[in-house]
Amino acid sequence: MEEYFIEIKDLCKTFHNKKESVQVLKGINLEVKKGEIYGIVGFSGAGKSTLVRCINRLEEPDSGTVRIGDQMITSLGKKELDVQRSKIGMIFQQFNLFDSMTVYENIAYPLKIKGWKKEAIRARIDELLELVSLTDKKNAYPGELSGGQKQRVGIARALANEPDVLLSDEATSALDPQTTISVLDLIREINEKLGLTIILITHELEVIRYTCHRVAVMENGELLEKGSVEEIFENPQCETARNFINVYNKMRSAGPDRRSELI
Amino acid sequence: MSLYKFSFWEVLAHSFSEEVWSQVLPALGETMYMVVISSVFVLLFGVILGLVVVLTGREGLYPCAPLHAVLGAIINCFRSLPQVIIIIVMLPVARLLLGQSYGSNACIISLIASCVPLFARLVESSLLEIDKGKLEAAKAMGSGNFRILFRIMLPETLPSLIRSFTNAVVIVISMTALAGNFGAGGIGYIAVTFGYTRYQHDLLFATIIVLIIIVQLVQLVGDTLSKIILKKRHLI
Repeated sequence: MEEYFIEIKDLCKTFHNKKESVQVLKGINLEVKKGEIYGIVGFSGAGKSTLVRCINRLEEPDSGTVRIGDQMITSLGKKELDVQRSKIGMIFQQFNLFDSMTVYENIAYPLKIKGWKKEAIRARIDELLELVSLTDKKNAYPGELSGGQKQRVGIARALANEPDVLLSDEATSALDPQTTISVLDLIREINEKLGLTIILITHELEVIRYTCHRVAVMENGELLEKGSVEEIFENPQCETARNFINVYNKMRSAGPDRRSELI
Repeated sequence: MSLYKFSFWEVLAHSFSEEVWSQVLPALGETMYMVVISSVFVLLFGVILGLVVVLTGREGLYPCAPLHAVLGAIINCFRSLPQVIIIIVMLPVARLLLGQSYGSNACIISLIASCVPLFARLVESSLLEIDKGKLEAAKAMGSGNFRILFRIMLPETLPSLIRSFTNAVVIVISMTALAGNFGAGGIGYIAVTFGYTRYQHDLLFATIIVLIIIVQLVQLVGDTLSKIILKKRHLI
């Protein structure tokens, strides 16, 4: 039996409000190998974001388990969870950088949490800025940076504590195509260089195709289909996956003639 | 000089005379004393109270519904009373604490009772403005609540907090003038006793001028400070 690095079993989550409750995750099972980039694709509202947020328990699952390496994330106490969280980097669609801090201070934040010495922090940050090619922006504030640069800082910050896992919550969805590619290149680079296991959620199929090794298709709180990226692209089984591929192909093939047809 | 005997311009001109200012300046001193001391307390207690309200809220770092509800209710009670009524209500409290219910210090107690709840609400709304994603990012890094509070929440909302405090100080100033009616002394006392009761309108004008200048200065300082911070962060 193959040993998986990340294992999610029967994960359920229901959101309640006054009028109704919505089951966002309906018994999710997912296995991710060490060092792979695993994509989760789905339309808006499929529950992708909730799923990835359950992995570091920004969202508390109602039932089910999440295991990363030999740590059962879902059974950790608050203190232990904080320790484990430093080993799980996360990047966001809206970057979520701290505007009151410079690039340097932003990246230093997770290191200070772990009680790093000043000199060690400085050396580590130089290394990280080199990796994300932002050495010249060290003392800039996030307000001065472009979207792509902000996400690079986000990535550097997420990598600061040398995590084993990187969670990417629609990290390129707010970026233009060119910047998206450069950020995805960076994600691939750190995956290869550092052997980082990456879970990447997105609603853009191009992103999956460009970056991921394996992919799961999510719809309505369930994972409908899992497989290698080639499998899903060449032979999609479920309706949602076919839908996605259709839209994807249509957008790629829509040339000038097709456009006039639409008008 | 009364407007009933002299023209507006004569009275206005006289409001800049030495005779008038020899009365206004000591009163200004008293007013400034009350404003500064009250503002310090308002800042301190208001930030603490506002923080506790936000932290104990449903989405806060330390959710605690009962405490949140009780504090909210207390703040609302104080906020529902007009300043005049708070002053009257706080007079016995001042006597209890200070042994006398008149004078600047007694007034400070009323000012605190009225303006702390107000500023607490302003602090609350400033703190709630923070992008929830930033707090989540910090949590995802394994940050403890204390660090989130002091390194993220307060610094990120600082420009907004400064604006809120500026508003609170302006209200403290106006209330100080009001308290002049109730034995607090200061500019308000001059305006009422001389300007209103004795028709010395030159004194009244002088107090108006002084109040306008103080408020303008406070607003200017507050706006400039928050702008400097926003500029430094390249947010404007």
